[in-house]
This record gives sequence, structure tokens and C-alpha cells, in this order.
Amino acid sequence: MSEETMQIAVTVNGEAVARTVPVRQHLVDFLRTELGLTGSHLGCEHGVCGACSVRVDGRVVRGCLMLAVQVDGAHVVTIEGLDETGEIADLQAAFVARNALQCGFCTPGMLMTCAELLAQASPMSRAEIRTFLSGNYCRCTGFHAIVDAVETTLTQRLQR
Amino acid sequence: MKAPRFSYVRADSVAQAVALLDQHGEEARILAGGQSLMPTLNMRLSQPRLLIDINRLDALAGIALQGDRVRIGALTRHVEVANSAIVARHLPLIAEAMPHVAHVAVRNRGTFGGSIALADPAAEMPACVLALGATLVLQSAAGRREVAADDYFLGLYETARRPDELLVEALVPVQRPGTVSVFMELARRHGDFAIAGMAFHLTVARGVVADARLVYFGSEDKPTLAHGARTAIAGRRMDEASANAAADALEHDLAPMTNVQGSTAMRLHLQRVLTRRALAVAAERARAA
Repeated sequence: MSEETMQIAVTVNGEAVARTVPVRQHLVDFLRTELGLTGSHLGCEHGVCGACSVRVDGRVVRGCLMLAVQVDGAHVVTIEGLDETGEIADLQAAFVARNALQCGFCTPGMLMTCAELLAQASPMSRAEIRTFLSGNYCRCTGFHAIVDAVETTLTQRLQR
Repeated sequence: MKAPRFSYVRADSVAQAVALLDQHGEEARILAGGQSLMPTLNMRLSQPRLLIDINRLDALAGIALQGDRVRIGALTRHVEVANSAIVARHLPLIAEAMPHVAHVAVRNRGTFGGSIALADPAAEMPACVLALGATLVLQSAAGRREVAADDYFLGLYETARRPDELLVEALVPVQRPGTVSVFMELARRHGDFAIAGMAFHLTVARGVVADARLVYFGSEDKPTLAHGARTAIAGRRMDEASANAAADALEHDLAPMTNVQGSTAMRLHLQRVLTRRALAVAAERARAA
């Protein structure tokens, strides 16, 4: 079977993009190899680790479990776009302050999931924060510092 | 790894999707949320010739109260079910189960119908629709037919759905006053595959169990309706003695598969422990109602 391709038009980090992609290419390979957006990482490539998390039409998803052809007409936000808008500048500062990353491999995906948690703007216990982040693996920090950073940021935002 | 080569069609209508299924049969796969299909493609555990993407078929999504049943469209995302006021009010069993379905990013994409169509033995939604006695609606080029959840789950990833059929919706009877439900699950990490789990739906009159649909998942090759445990508790008051009787009877109802999560004996033990806990919660809820 020859490689089947399809044309897509998608908005990535606010920018309109049109490309012809192999139908079997997943979203993160498209973002990384076609668009050079290498902030989204591939850990397990079967939906377990969460390093590939990106936002599609306002919701965080596993980028390795969607095909590039499926985002035709959609709005995709990657960690690069999220960083640029300043939406989570406070969370990023808290990650640095709390040392909530070591090798940094999981951090983009972790921040994408944390962004959705913060956007809900509802009080959460530490246990609830851990549950919310259960789909994102970190193999360095032991999660404690990450929960600290999220808790601090959420508390500050709710006080505003 | 990367997915093998396949052809891809984004279906514009249910008619087109079922026509393609009719034409390609088992060589085609329906792509709904893709949260189970995509991993198997990436790991090359499955090699379909054609993916039929139904994600643009809005007619298959949505939750509506229709008389004494709730219609849940097959393409309804888990997150929509979790946030639904109709589900919270009329299907508290499903509302209680929903936080256990995988993780946030997976719930944002995965679908209610996809979970039931796949019939993973460790999945929550198949157990819930069985406990609630739902009806599953299948459509093919030849027409629609309804299958009771009792007759739908046949074995490991095996259901009454034929290769030419698309699961289009579930019709779930509302939980009435006088009934009480409990959902419990044990997993190593929150959202991971269940080591043991259960979906209970009991009818209780004046503190006495009139009927009990006790469904266990994450044990056998499909969700299991426990008949012995049901008989053991039927007609009795909801107390520790009847809960123990149900847990004891489970030995003859359930033979959990030995797998990486544990042995048959350990997993049966866990289901019995959870049974006693769940029935204690059910008794509390029945009293509070």
C-alpha cells in the first residue's frame, strides 16, 4: 500500500498552517517534524506518559493518540504557544521557585495539563491536584514539588 | 513506534460510515476517540486497512432525557458525561464511575460508545451499562437493532455487534427512587486499568433488598453479573451479615484471570473485600434516601 496523504488546514498557536500529511502521522510527529515545534515530547507513544499533551479546541489531549488529519479545521495550542501568551507565566515561575522540574522532559506536558486545572479556577486539595495530574508521568521530582507549584499558583489566582 | 499504513476516510454521515463498514467488514476499524485504537496502531498490535473516522458525526453525540431513559450518543466524550447534569441526576452510578475512567486528557477525547464497543474487560462503562440494564443500539446498512446489555458482552473484546454494525447510542433507564447504586474500583495509580472493580445497582424496599444487579469488572474476560451473590442478598436486610453472605457467594460467581496485576486468588480476595465495603456504602445510601 502506498503512503496515503491528505491536505489539512489548522491553526497552531494562532497561526494558520496548511500542509499535506500522511494519514497515519500522529499529531505530535506533525508538530515536531513539519512545524519544528519540538516542545511537545514523545515518551511512550501509546498514551500512558502524558509528555505529548497539547491543547486541541480548548482541551488538553494526548498528542500521540490523535492523527494529524484529525486536527483539520481545529485550533491547536502547544507549549510554545502557551508560553508566548503568558497564560501560565505565574505557574512557570512557581515551577522554577519550587524546583518542580529536573530533567524537564515531562514539563511541557505537565504544564499543559496544569493549565487546564488552573483554568477551571476551582479550589482543589493536594490529593485532588495529584489525581488531576495522574495522567502525566514525572520520573525525577517525585511529584511533590510539582503539586507545591500548582497549589501555590491556584491559591494565588483564587485570591485575586 | 509509528502506526502502520492504512487508508483513512472522514465520514460525513452515519449512512456513509455504515456503508463503508458493510463494504470492508473486519478490515475496517471505526475511529471514535481513538484512546484505545491509537495505542494499538502505534504498537502495531492491529493493522486495519481502513480507518473510518466518525468524529465529525455530531448526530452521534449528546445526552438527552427521553421519558424514563437517558439517551447517550456513542460519540459523547467522557468529559461531557462527567459534566452532564442529566447524568448526575438520573444516572448517579455512571457519575460516580466517571472520575475513574483514565485521566483528564483521555476523558477529553475518549467516547462513551467507544468504551462499550471495545468492551475492554477492565473498563468502567461496560460494567455500568450492564448494572443499569441499558439497551445498546446498533446500526448497519440493513437497519437498526437494539440489544440488551445482558446479551451484548460475550467475551474478551467480543460483543454482539457484527463487523458491519456501528454502535450509535445507549439507552439507559433512569435510576428510580428506591434504588441505590455504588461504584468502586481499585487501581495501582488513579485512572489506570482496574485490578478489581464493581458497579452495583440495588432495589431496596424498607431496608430489604428486593433485587441486586452486582456487576464485577477487571476480573473475567467481560463484565460479570454475579448471580450467586444476588441470590445471597435478595430478600435480606442490608447489614453486615448479608454483605458477608454476598461476598462469600462470590467465590462461585467469579474466577478472575491471573495476569500481571495479580493471581486469581488475590484478585478474588480484593473483589470480596470491595464487595463488603460497597454494600456498607449502599446500606448508608439506602438509609439516607
